This record gives sequence, C-alpha cells and structure tokens, in this order.
Amino acid sequence: MGKYITKRILLALVTAFVVASATFFIMNMVPGGPFLGEKAVTPAAQEALEAKFGLDKPLSEQYTTYMNDLLHGDLGPSLKKRGRTVNDIIATKFPVSAKLGGMAILIAFFVGVPLGSYAAFHRGKLIDNIIILFSTAGIAIPSFLSSTLLMYFLSAQWGLLPSKGLNSPACYIMPVIALALHPTSYIARLMRSSMLDVMGQDYMRTARAKGVSQVKSIFKHALRNAILPVVTYLGPLTAQLMTGSFIIEKIFVIPGLGSEFVGAITSRDYPLIMGTTIFLAMFIITLNVIVDILYAVIDPRIKLK
Amino acid sequence: MTAENKEKKNTNNILSLQLKVDDFLPASAEEKQAVVKERESVSFFKDGIRRFRRNKIAMAALIAVILIMLLAFIVPMFYPYSYDAQMKGSERLAPMQYSETELERIAAGESVFPHLLGTDQNGRDYAIRVLMGARVSLTVGIVASAIVLLIGSTYGAVAGYFGGKLDLIMMRFVDILYTVPDVLIIILLASTLKYPLESLAQMPGFSWIQTIGPNMISMFLVFGLLYWVGMARIVRSQVMILKQSEYVTAAKALGAGNGRIIKKHLLTNCIGTLIVTTTLQIPSSIFTESFLSFLGLGVQAPMPSLGSLASAALNGLQSYPYRLFAPAFMIFIIILSFNLLGDGLRDAFDPKLKN
Amino acid sequence: MAEEKYLVDIKNERLSFFTPAGEVKALNDVSIRMREGEVLGIVGESGSGKSVTAYSIMGLTAYPGKLIGGTVEFNGHRIDQMGEKELRKIRGKEVSIIFQDPMTSLNPVWTIGNQIEEVILLHTGKNRKEAHERAKELLTLVGINEPEKRLKQYPHELSGGMRQRVMIAIALACEPKLLIADEPTTALDVTIQAQILELMMELKKKLGMGIMMITHDLGVVASMCDHIAVMYAGKVVEYGTADDIFYEPKHEYTRGLLKSIPKLHEEAYERLVPIEGQPVDMLNPPKGCPFANRCNSCMKICLDKMPPYTDISDTHYSACWLIQKAEFEKKQREGED
Repeated sequence: MGKYITKRILLALVTAFVVASATFFIMNMVPGGPFLGEKAVTPAAQEALEAKFGLDKPLSEQYTTYMNDLLHGDLGPSLKKRGRTVNDIIATKFPVSAKLGGMAILIAFFVGVPLGSYAAFHRGKLIDNIIILFSTAGIAIPSFLSSTLLMYFLSAQWGLLPSKGLNSPACYIMPVIALALHPTSYIARLMRSSMLDVMGQDYMRTARAKGVSQVKSIFKHALRNAILPVVTYLGPLTAQLMTGSFIIEKIFVIPGLGSEFVGAITSRDYPLIMGTTIFLAMFIITLNVIVDILYAVIDPRIKLK
Repeated sequence: MTAENKEKKNTNNILSLQLKVDDFLPASAEEKQAVVKERESVSFFKDGIRRFRRNKIAMAALIAVILIMLLAFIVPMFYPYSYDAQMKGSERLAPMQYSETELERIAAGESVFPHLLGTDQNGRDYAIRVLMGARVSLTVGIVASAIVLLIGSTYGAVAGYFGGKLDLIMMRFVDILYTVPDVLIIILLASTLKYPLESLAQMPGFSWIQTIGPNMISMFLVFGLLYWVGMARIVRSQVMILKQSEYVTAAKALGAGNGRIIKKHLLTNCIGTLIVTTTLQIPSSIFTESFLSFLGLGVQAPMPSLGSLASAALNGLQSYPYRLFAPAFMIFIIILSFNLLGDGLRDAFDPKLKN
Repeated sequence: MAEEKYLVDIKNERLSFFTPAGEVKALNDVSIRMREGEVLGIVGESGSGKSVTAYSIMGLTAYPGKLIGGTVEFNGHRIDQMGEKELRKIRGKEVSIIFQDPMTSLNPVWTIGNQIEEVILLHTGKNRKEAHERAKELLTLVGINEPEKRLKQYPHELSGGMRQRVMIAIALACEPKLLIADEPTTALDVTIQAQILELMMELKKKLGMGIMMITHDLGVVASMCDHIAVMYAGKVVEYGTADDIFYEPKHEYTRGLLKSIPKLHEEAYERLVPIEGQPVDMLNPPKGCPFANRCNSCMKICLDKMPPYTDISDTHYSACWLIQKAEFEKKQREGED
C-alpha cells in the first residue's frame, strides 16, 4: 500500500507541475502577459508596469520567478483590486465556497448512496423506476438551470426562501440543493448499478449459504464492495462541485471564490484568474490523492495494482 | 422404496394400457429433428439492434434525438425569421404577440408568422434563437465528440496494441491529463485562446477562423486536448483484450501489418464500445459548452447558444420567465435524450461497459 | 416396510425460473434421496439442473426461481415450507456448500479469518476469541500452514487451491451433516484438483458428514461416490450405485457419457465418442424424452411421451423407453408362449 500511495503522490506532484506550467504559458497568450491585459495604456505607463511585474525579462526568467513564487505560496497581486493580493482574496473567499461545497458533498453521498442501494434492492419495482426516473432527470439538468429554476419558483414566485446572500441558514437551502442535485443523482445511479453488480457476485451467495441475514450481508458484504465506484467518483465530484459553484455563487450572489473567479473572468483580472486556477487545481489534486488513499483503505486488493 | 414402487406400478399401467408395437420402431432423423426448435442464430449486430428496438425508453430517446436534430438543423432553413435579424418596433414581444407594424400587415390581408416565443430586447424572434442555440450546442457536442473519438481511439489503440514501454509512457501521460482539473484549464484556455486565434485569423488563408468564431474553435481545441483521455483508456483496455484473441494471431501469421490489424480487426471489434462512449460523450460536451456559454466564454454574439440564452434571460427572469424556460427545457431534453440513447445502446451492444 | 430415514429426501420437485423470455423449467419432476454419511454424485452437463437441485436443499434458489411442486426434506426439516429466517439457522450449520470458483466466492474486502469466524459466531455460542481459535484449528484441518498468518490475509493473497481450502474450512466450521460441493475442482489446476478431492474424502472420514458432489466429471464421481444420479434437462434420467452406473448403464445418455470419457486401462485405441447435437431449449421443453433428439436409439414413442421411471434393481432406476421396450417384448414373447 505504501508503494501505491507514494506512486499516487508522485503522480500528483507531476500533475501539479504540469498544471502550473500550463497555466503560466496559457496566460502568456494574453497580449502583454497576464499582468497587463489587453488594455491600452500609454507607453510610459506600460514600461513601468512591465518593470514592476518583471515582464521586461525573458520568458524563461519570468517562468522561473513565477514557479519560485508559487513554491513559496505567493500567487501575486490582483490586477483590478488595488492593494489586494490573490492569496488574500482566496483566504477570505475560499472558506465560504468550501462550506457550501462540503454540505453538497455530504448530501450527495448520504442521499445518493442509500437511494441507489434501495433502488437496487427493489429492482424492477415501482420505487426503483421512480428513483431511476428522478436520477436520470437530475443528471440532465446543468447546475445553472436547477439553480435558476429553484430561484424562480421558491423565491421569486412563492417567496419561500431568500434569493441572495448567505445571511441566514435558510439562505443555504437553495444553493446547496442546486449544487447537490446533479451529484446526488449521479451517485444514486452509480450506486444502483454497482450494488446490482455486487449482489450478483459469488461471495454474496456464499454469505447467504453461510446463513448470514440479509441486513448483515448488505452492510458487511455488499456495501463495502459496492461503494468503491462511488469513492472513485468523489475526486471528479469535488471538481464538478467547484465548477457548479462558479455559477451558483454568481446566481445567488454568494461571496465565495466561485463568484470571485467568474468576476475575474468578466473583468479580465488575469493574475486572479491564474492564481485561483492554480489554487483550485492544487486543491483538487490533493483531494484526489486523499481519495486514492481512502480507496486503498477500503479495497485491500489495491496493493497489487 | 415405496415411492419407487408406486412409480413402477404406474409404469406398469401405462405399459398394459397404451403401448403398441409401433411405438418402439426407430424414429427417423427427420422426426428427431422436428422436435428440436432451433433458435434462429443471429449476428451480434442484429441481436443488438433487436435488443435495442425492444427497449422502449431507448427507442423514445432515439425518436427524441431525431426530432431535436430536425428542429435544430432543418426547421431553421424554412423558418420565416432569422436568428440575427433585429426587427424595429418588435422589441420585447410576448409569445404570440404581434407588433404594430405586423398588425397593420395582418389588417392589410398579409399572413404573418407568429412569434411563438415572442422577441428579445433587440427585436429578434426568440423561437428561432432557441432553435439556433440548439443547433450550436448540438454542433459543439457532436464535433467535440468526433474529435474525442478520433484522438482517443487512435491513441488508445496504439498504446494497447504495442504495449510494453510505449504503452507505459503513453498511459503515464494519460494519467497526468486525467488528474488535471479539466474545467479549470478549459476556462483558462477559453478566456485566453481567443487572442492568438484572433491574430491568426488576420493572416491570409485563416479567415475561416473568424467565420466559425475563435471561441468555438478554442472550445474544440480544448475538448480535443483534454477530453479524449477517457476514451483512450477504454479503447486501450478493449484492444488489450482483443489482441490476444485467435483471429489477431491468425492475421499476424498471415503477414498482416500492424496498421491493418489495428484498423481491420481491433477497431472494428470495439466498434460497439466506440459508438456507446461517443454517444455518451455528446451530452457531456453539450453540458460543458452550455456551462461555458453561460459564463460568457462560449460562442460569440450574435450567435446564440442555449447556455448564453439562459444566461441572458436571468436578468429579466421576473418579467420573462419563459425566456429562461425555453432554452432550459431544450438543454434538458437534449442531454436527457442523448443520455438515454447512450444507455440504451450500451445495454444493447456493450453490456460489459456498465460501470 | 418401515419408512427409512433419509438425510435428503427430494420428491417430485418441480422448479421454474420465470424470466422475461418465459418460464424456464429448470427441474422437472426430480426425486433424489441420500442417507447420512453417504457420498452422492450428481452428474450432468451445464443447465441440466444439478446445481439447482442441490441449492434447493438450502432453500437457495434465488429469484426468479420458484418451487412449483414436490417436497424437499433435509435432516427432518421441510425446506420447501420454511421461511427465510428458519432457513438461515440451517445454512452453514447443518448443510453447507463449496462453490465452483474459489476466486470469486470469497469476499475480497474481508480477511480470511473474518470470513471463517463469521460463520462460527453466527451458529455457535462461541465468543470472538474462541471463534478465532476454532478458525485456526479449521485451517490446520484443511491443510493450510501458518494458520495465524493466513487468517490475517485477504483472499487475493492466496492461490486458488488455498482459497478452495478456505471455502472448505468455512463449510465445515459448524460440522454440518451435509456438504454440498458444486463442481469444487472445475476452476482449479489438475494437480490441485486431486489434492482437494483427497482432502474432502479425508475430512469425510474424520467428520462423517454426507457429501453431495455436483460435477460433470465422471472420473471424479467414480473414485468417490456411493451413489450417482445422472441428470439431463431437469430430470434424473438414471440413478444407481457407482457400479450400476458404470457397469450397467441403462439410459442412452449415461451410456453416451461413459463413451465420451477417455479410459486409461482399457484398449487404448478405443475411440472417444462424443454425444452429437445440442441440449434441448428449456424454454420450450419437448413433450417426449428430452434426450430423444440426440439419442442414437431414438424410437417413435420417445418423441411423443416422457419415459416413466423403472426400477432395474433395488438400488438402480432409470427413465428410458428402451427398458420398457425390453419388458414389452418379453411380455409379448410370454403371451406367444
């Protein structure tokens, strides 16, 4: 297992390096480099700016400086928000997003897994079909649609819930539901097919032949095997929730990193785009490593791979 | 013993009552054959098609996909309004409402096609914009999936077929790309690629970039760069199984070259997998496209996309909710029917692929 | 004659699988008996119903399988009338089973020890520590070295033969009266096969349980079994002692089977004779003898009527019209005389 985890961590480091380098070179496609943007400025001001951000130096030197800063956790200043660094912005905005995302993951997991298993146990019955219907529909709704529809009905039409901000607990309901809808549906479907697969396995027959009760065989023998695909999905899920949060935070006017990121795209605050991308990418990569380790804990066979 | 005795008694009864000498004559081969109800043997594809046709949900999804295609690609050709024509005086019409000039024309005896979904703030017919949006989304989805198919299957087939060190290096690369948070890179590329593309469009021979739109091209590029890894993994594992089969050994023994074996034997044998994966790739590409367009990073105005239409409708949600509902419903139906179609194809042609 | 007590007494069992394609008649009037401590071999090709028959003794004929007639009695229990809860008390305790593929029959995410102890804790009053001791004892019993170390290992760390030994240990943990072995060696290497069979016979001698050996390998049956039931298309077509079946086969299918196995001791040049043709479609079973279309001695009546069971001796019966033919001709001759 140690070898497996070392391998995963090494792979994550390489990925992090690739992502950071890619980000740097992609951002250099912007005329004048990320710290200038395409805004027309006077030649004098431009020179001053170039000197300030080191843009007058050759690209290779800029790259080393940038990577060096990155290693020290310095993501540079924001272009549009005078006097604030990207680190500063992330430190204040990320916790808000993480809280929303965390709640959505918990809902997706603790609703999706039981729902999918329940459907599998009642395969072919009415309840199974209802769960399939809803989860299939849930997968086909992008988060910007679920959130706008929720907002239109629950807030604009019926006035049940506040539509903006995060000032009261009720404010969390709509964004979290909108965020969790797609992953919940996906996990339910994944869990259902994986549970059906496991229930047809020989070792489930062995358990029955031993006289193990149905409830116990589900919890001890089936669940741990069936949940493996869901665990693998947790990595991509966080990435997906994050992109969902870009839109949902924008729609519900939530002061998180997502809306900050979208704002940065619209206002072309390139250092902020770059810094947020790298931060989120590292966050996802780290989470992926954690998920990989979790997977190895649940599935002892992983040592062989 | 009693039960057996009873059975014996029964047999004796039968014996004494019913049997004739003729019964013990040997049966002819034809008579023997007549008893066997041969199940008709069907080819893999026929069998798959039969299974698919029996799947009601999948058939409904197929019909829905065909209808959507007709609506998006054929109907706009005959539609009396154009998606970018701004009609003065026809701004912000409600569904089925006519502008004053149009009412005059109707009064004059002209027949005027109704604005099924009204018009937007620039006086453009909204129904055709939704249809064009669907066309754009579908085009992006299909072209992106085709790119993914092309790159992914070639890469996967080469890695799987040659194996060894080459495979190891190729798959390490895939592993890295796989863990790259793709949406972030897509956003990054979508927000920066337009600059080099725009300057490229100025060069002679590259004016087509402007016609398609730099955003659209950068989107295809992004899909082509990042989204093929899943496909490559699937094709590789299929090829690795297939290449050990006897007919590949036979083809090798007959002196067939590597290219020929990959093309003729391996790819044709994973065609089921390819079709299914590609079909399921389409809705996921559309998903990403609508997401980017919603963020304003997708196709460029005046070209509509379902995502940008939904995004634009957000501001007037209170007064014009249908402007959100129409593209929203369209996206929902497109993604749903492609998903269901893909599931149906998978169940019919490639049941192994389930997880 | 006093009713003899049997360990297994299946009478006229009919069982069908209700699939979307229609009713598959998996068992069609199957009667099988077994005494305590006996080794019964059930032979037949895949789909003949041999496994289903055995599983029904444990009440393990899963959905969509349904018992539609006959009785199944085991060790004094009427299995066909028992509920899931009562059946659970018997499974693993009075009757246990080893499956064909030891690679997939053990749960990959739990240790060997956990899986052996599970059945001990379930059916005996032992506590964890005692169960652990018993598990160790069992591993030694089935010939696994270093039991303490093995108990901590996961199934994928063990070889196929080793895993089958673990399966046997699980099956024998509560000293059952009957051990069902469902093709226990098919998935193993030939050298390991012999070891496993030897182990089973040795354990039988030690523990005295009955064994129901399901196999399509007549060689296995010949060396181990007291009685043999030959099954074809959901029916027992012939039943008898090993001698009956091997030296006086009455059913054409049994004869075909015997001709299709290589013999080492007899004339080496004798050709193997395969049984031509395909088994019948169990979705639409024929009204006559199910083997008729592949039978070399097929008669007109075979295609028309199901042959009745006929006793050949106290230990031997079969269902084949050829036996009736012989009796019929005998009677006719007697009539003429």
